[in-house]
Amino acid sequence: MNLLWLIPTLPFLGFTILVLSSGRMSRERARIVGVGSVALAFLATIYIATQYYAAAAHGLDHGAGFTVSLWPWITAGSLNLNFSLYLDGLSLSMLFVITGVGALIHLYASGYMWDDPDYTRFFTYMNLFVAAMLMLVLADNLVLMFLGWEGVGLCSFLLIGFWYKDPKNGYAARKAFVVTRAGDTAFAIGLFLLFRELGSLEIQEILHLAPENFEMGGNMPTLISALLLGGAVGKSAQIPLQTWLPDAMAGPTPVSALIHAATMVTAGVYLIARCHPVFLLSPIAMTMVASIGLITLLVAGFTALNQWDIKRVLAYSTMSQIGYMFLALGVEAWDSSIFHLMTHAIFKALLFLTAGSIILAMHHEQDIRKMGGLRKQLPVPFWCFLIGSACLIALPPTSGFWSKEPILLAAWEADPIFWYGAVFGAFLTAVYTTRLMLLVFFGTPEGGIPKTHEPKGWQLHPPLIILAGLSLVAGLFNLPAADVLPHAHEHHPPLWVEITGILLPVVGIFIGWQVFLKGRWQALRMESPAFDGLRKFLASGWGFDWLYDILLVKPFMALAKANRNDIVDLVPKAVVVASSQCYYFFSRGQNGQLRFYVATMAAAAIMIISLALFT
Amino acid sequence: MIDAVIIDHAFILAGILFCLGLAGVLVRRNLVFVLISLEVMLNAAGLAFIAAGSAWGQPEGQIMFLAVVTLGAAEVAVGLGLTLLLFRRFNSVDIDQLNQLKG
Repeated sequence: MNLLWLIPTLPFLGFTILVLSSGRMSRERARIVGVGSVALAFLATIYIATQYYAAAAHGLDHGAGFTVSLWPWITAGSLNLNFSLYLDGLSLSMLFVITGVGALIHLYASGYMWDDPDYTRFFTYMNLFVAAMLMLVLADNLVLMFLGWEGVGLCSFLLIGFWYKDPKNGYAARKAFVVTRAGDTAFAIGLFLLFRELGSLEIQEILHLAPENFEMGGNMPTLISALLLGGAVGKSAQIPLQTWLPDAMAGPTPVSALIHAATMVTAGVYLIARCHPVFLLSPIAMTMVASIGLITLLVAGFTALNQWDIKRVLAYSTMSQIGYMFLALGVEAWDSSIFHLMTHAIFKALLFLTAGSIILAMHHEQDIRKMGGLRKQLPVPFWCFLIGSACLIALPPTSGFWSKEPILLAAWEADPIFWYGAVFGAFLTAVYTTRLMLLVFFGTPEGGIPKTHEPKGWQLHPPLIILAGLSLVAGLFNLPAADVLPHAHEHHPPLWVEITGILLPVVGIFIGWQVFLKGRWQALRMESPAFDGLRKFLASGWGFDWLYDILLVKPFMALAKANRNDIVDLVPKAVVVASSQCYYFFSRGQNGQLRFYVATMAAAAIMIISLALFT
Repeated sequence: MIDAVIIDHAFILAGILFCLGLAGVLVRRNLVFVLISLEVMLNAAGLAFIAAGSAWGQPEGQIMFLAVVTLGAAEVAVGLGLTLLLFRRFNSVDIDQLNQLKG
C-alpha cells in the first residue's frame, strides 16, 4: 500500500515532463511519455490491487480501506486536512476504469492525433487530466476530492477548446466550464455546511458522524445531500445542468471518449456512491437522485433520436446512461450503479473511439447523413461498433445487459413508475442505437457510398479490439466496490417484468430496422412538415439551451452591458482623479523661480511660527 | 549683563536686519546681491543669538554665533563658486534666467 501515491504521481510526472519540454520534444518521445505514464499507472494499479486482495485475504474487515497519509496539507483552527489517499473497493474499481480505459484511449489517441501540430500539448492536458481524476477518486477528504474535481473540470475546459482557433470550440469550452461551475458552487457550499455541522471533512469520519448527528429525514441531511447532488448533476451532465455535454463534443474524439464518456462525467456517480450514508439519511434526496436520473435518461433518449452528428448521438446516449446510474443510486442499487459505470466506461469508450476511426476515415466528416454502407470498407470499426451498440442496447449476454438489468429490477422494486420510465428509456436506446448503426454502416446515402481512406498508425485498432473484448466479458467481473457499498435487496419482481426488460430493446431494434433500413412506417421518422416544430424541439435537446439563453444568458448580458462602465470602479477611479488633480495643483509650484520658492518658504515659516505662538 | 531695554532694542534691530535681508533675497535678481542679502539674514540671526546669550549670561549664544559665521562662510564659498560657474556658462547672473532646473 505504500506505493499508492505512485498511481496519481506517474501521470502527473508525465504532465510535468511534457509541460517543461514546452513543445520542443519530438512526437515519438512525447508519445512515449504521454502514453507510457498512464500505462505505468495502470501497472501500478494492478500491483496495488494484488496487495489489496492479499490484505483482504489476511482477515481485513470487509469493505475496510487503507489510508496513506502523505503530508499535512491545511491546518487552520479546528480544520486539519492531510494530503492523504484512501483506497477501498470503490476507489479500486474507479482506479481500474481510469487507468485501464485511460491507457487504451491514450494509446489510441497517440495514433489519432499524430498529424496534429499540437501533439505534445494534447498529451500534456490528457496526463494532467488522468492525474486529477485519480486524485479525485483517491482523495481521503472532501477538500482534496474537490481539488481533483476542479482539476478535471479545468482539463475538460482545456481539451474541449483544444482546437482553439475556431471560436465555436472556445465557446463550447467556456460553456462547459461555466455550467459545471454552477454545480461546483453548490458542491462547495455543501462542503462548508458539512464542516459546520460535523466539524470534519475527512470522508470516513463524515460517514460515521452523519448517522449519529443527523436525524433520519431531517432538513440538514436533505440540504447537504441536495447541494452535493448539485455538484454531481453539473459534473455528470444531468438535467438541469446537462446542456454543456453535447457542445463538449467540439473536442478531439479521444477526449470525448476519455473525459466525456468514461471517466469525468461519472465523477458525480462516484461522489454520491462515496457519500451514500449521507444520502440515505434523506429519502427526499434519494427520490431527487432517482427522478433526475429518470428524467435525464428519457429526455436524452428522445434527443438522441433526432441528432445527425455521430458524436452528438453518442453524447446524448452518455447522458442517458448516466441517467441510469443516477436512477440506480436513487433506488439504492449502489453496486449496480458502479457496475454500470464500469461497463459503460468500457463500451462507451469503445463506441467513441470507433466513431473517431470512422470520422478519420471520412476525412473529418461527422454527419451521419453523409455516411452509409461503410461496413465493407471499415470492417474492424464495424464489428467494434456492433459490439458496442449491443452493449449499449443491453442485449444479453453483453456486459451492458448484466449491468442494466439489475438497475431495471431495482427500479421496479423501488417504484414501478421508475421501472416504466427506465424500460421505455431502454426501448429508446435500442431505437436510436439501431438508427445510428444502420445509417452509418448499412444502406446507401444519396450521393452513393462515400470513399474512405485507411487511417495510418498501428495504434488505432488494438485499443478498439481490446475494448470490444472487454465489453463482451465485463459482465463477468466481480467488482471490489460491492464490498464497500450496502448490499442491494434481493429482487424478486414478477417474471413478466424481467422478460419485458429483455424483450423491449429487441422490439426497439426491430422497429429501428424496419423504419431506417426497410423504409416502412415512415410516419415514425416524423419527416413530414407537420412535425417540423416537434423535431426541432427534440433535436435542440428540449429547448434547454433556448430557455437558459432567455432566463440567464440574456439578462446577464444586459446587466453586463448596463454596467459597462463598472459602477463599483467609480471609487478607485475617484482616487485616481483626486490624486491627479492634486498633482496638477502642486506641480504648478515647481516653476523654477528661486524667488518664488523663497517667498513660499518665508510665508510657510511665518504661518508655522504664528500657529505656534497664537494657539 | 545688559539692560532689558537694550536687549529689546537688539532684538528689534535683529528683526529689522532679517526682514531687510529677506526683502533683498525676494526682490533682487542678481545672484551676488541675493547672496549678500542672505549674509545679512544670517548675521541678523547671529545678532539675536549674541543678545540672547548676554541676556541670560550663557556662553551658548556666542557658540551659536561662531557656528552661524562658519555656516555663512561655507555657504558663501559654495555660493560664489556656483555663481562664477553660472556666469561662465550663461554669461549672466540673473536668477530669473537661471531657472533651467525646472522639471
